[in-house]
Amino acid sequence: MTAVVEAPPSPEPPSTRTRAQQRSSAWKRRAPLLPALLFTIAVTQVPFLVTVFYSFQSWNMVRPGSQHFVGFDNYVDVFTDSVFLGALGNTVTITVVCVLVAMLLGLGLALLLDRQFLGRGIVRTLLITPFLILPAAGALLWKTTMFDPTYGLLNWAFGIEVEWLSDYPLAAVMTQIVWQWTPFMMLLILAGLQAQSREVLEAAQVDGAGRWRTFVSITLPQLSRYLQLAVLLGAIYIVNSFDAIYLMTQGGPGTASTNLPYYIYQRAFEGFDVGQSSAMGVVVVALTLIVATFALRLMFRAFDVSRGVK
Amino acid sequence: MTVKTNRLGGSALTVLTWIVALLFVFPVIWMVVTSFKHEVDAATDPPTFAFTPTLEQFTTILDRGFLPYLANSAFVTVLSTLLVLLLGVPAAYALSLAPVKQTSNALGFFLSTKMLPIVAAIIPLYVISQNLGMLDNVWALIVLYAGMNLPLAVWMMRSFFLEVPTEMIEAARVDGAKLPTVLYRVILPVVAPGIAATALICVIFSWTEFFYAVNLTAAQAGTVPVFLVGFITSEGLFWAQLSAAALLASLPVMIVGWIAQNHLVRGLSMGAVK
Repeated sequence: MTAVVEAPPSPEPPSTRTRAQQRSSAWKRRAPLLPALLFTIAVTQVPFLVTVFYSFQSWNMVRPGSQHFVGFDNYVDVFTDSVFLGALGNTVTITVVCVLVAMLLGLGLALLLDRQFLGRGIVRTLLITPFLILPAAGALLWKTTMFDPTYGLLNWAFGIEVEWLSDYPLAAVMTQIVWQWTPFMMLLILAGLQAQSREVLEAAQVDGAGRWRTFVSITLPQLSRYLQLAVLLGAIYIVNSFDAIYLMTQGGPGTASTNLPYYIYQRAFEGFDVGQSSAMGVVVVALTLIVATFALRLMFRAFDVSRGVK
Repeated sequence: MTVKTNRLGGSALTVLTWIVALLFVFPVIWMVVTSFKHEVDAATDPPTFAFTPTLEQFTTILDRGFLPYLANSAFVTVLSTLLVLLLGVPAAYALSLAPVKQTSNALGFFLSTKMLPIVAAIIPLYVISQNLGMLDNVWALIVLYAGMNLPLAVWMMRSFFLEVPTEMIEAARVDGAKLPTVLYRVILPVVAPGIAATALICVIFSWTEFFYAVNLTAAQAGTVPVFLVGFITSEGLFWAQLSAAALLASLPVMIVGWIAQNHLVRGLSMGAVK
């Protein structure tokens, strides 16, 4: 960081007066940024630091005065807790499967929408609606009107009798999440498709490239930035999925559909175990940071953030 | 010949697109239909398609005290979005048109806070709110939602600010315009649609937020998702009522989203690619 702050070496050492001027102009430039920066630090970083502090304490909220320092005990407990490891596995499954499926469906829908046809505006409006429905409402509706074993539409439509939420809890939750996020992916990819230059596409056709060839060689490379953005933003939100699990399965049956946010919630607000749930939170952050470091690097390359820096 | 098959293929594709769209949105259509049913028609096997519509469920929802939740949601959403713009617009300016030297560090910092899972901070937030007497208080949600949306907002608005041609700003400066004039007359007209798109995204994410709302609020400051949690125990019994509540809870953001969908597309793609 300091390397960036240092001014480039100038051939002649500037006089103290201009240096002071430079400094004041640098602060003038920073001034509009500072409120946002300080606010973000206060609201997101400070609570996290407190979480780190709590993670070294043994503290149960229902027993006042039980708070004391225990070193790494909570972390040892976390890594030997099979429920935690299961929840970690479920989180990875939910995130990877939902992001990929939603992106593929979104790509398909965007391709269908990327042409002129009767009622295009209406179809697009219909397709974005699941993204605008309250996720809590969507989860409850899927749980009842779609997945209910007796009165649900799915069993009626397919003429089967499946206990979706107890036999396939993870798949049911993921269905709802995919349904919710597909429109988001579709909108992003559609923006990418519409940013394509028509001339290039026509030139490819004139050169005798078929539809598939044009799609693979011209459209996909052009879309890659949008796809990366879709994956990154989707993953950021889906990794935190809580509504669907809380409202549809309560993490069950047993812990079959428990993910990390739901498990931490349970330990904190049902078990009142501040120390252990904090340690889990810290572990989650560490894991996310490892993944995110790669994702961020990818994104910075994709969007060339240095653009506009003079 | 090829023109004819193309046209035929085209209309087949159009029909397919319509079918896919209707199937995809069917849970929403079914929600709307069910919300106008009497409870006896709501959960049946096979499903009931012909029924006498009623507004009974909507009046029941209002009687169950839905309006205060709606008011809380509106208040929290509007104020947190305004707070995001108040903090985010200057920050985006400082990271684009008059860039500070550590621009990519600052941007990286904002983005990295988005990577921080919200569960990792919920316990201190709960304890701090409790100590400050801010549990079940709308202002706690306003501050937290602003913190949640600010990083994405700064990032999006920066992309829109970068689209302002620097020549325009310099030309205005040469003509002797002071900074406020430049901001108001030159920059604002170009970035206004981008700011609107950003605000829209913030509105959607604030209105639909669940985790903070459920954990930090209850009867006083509860937002519409908290009202819906009341239906978790009455599963299978009050589907028509649930559908009516789900419809009322989603309707404001649905209407805003439908009207502004072009902004939404632009906002999501963040003007990142030209």
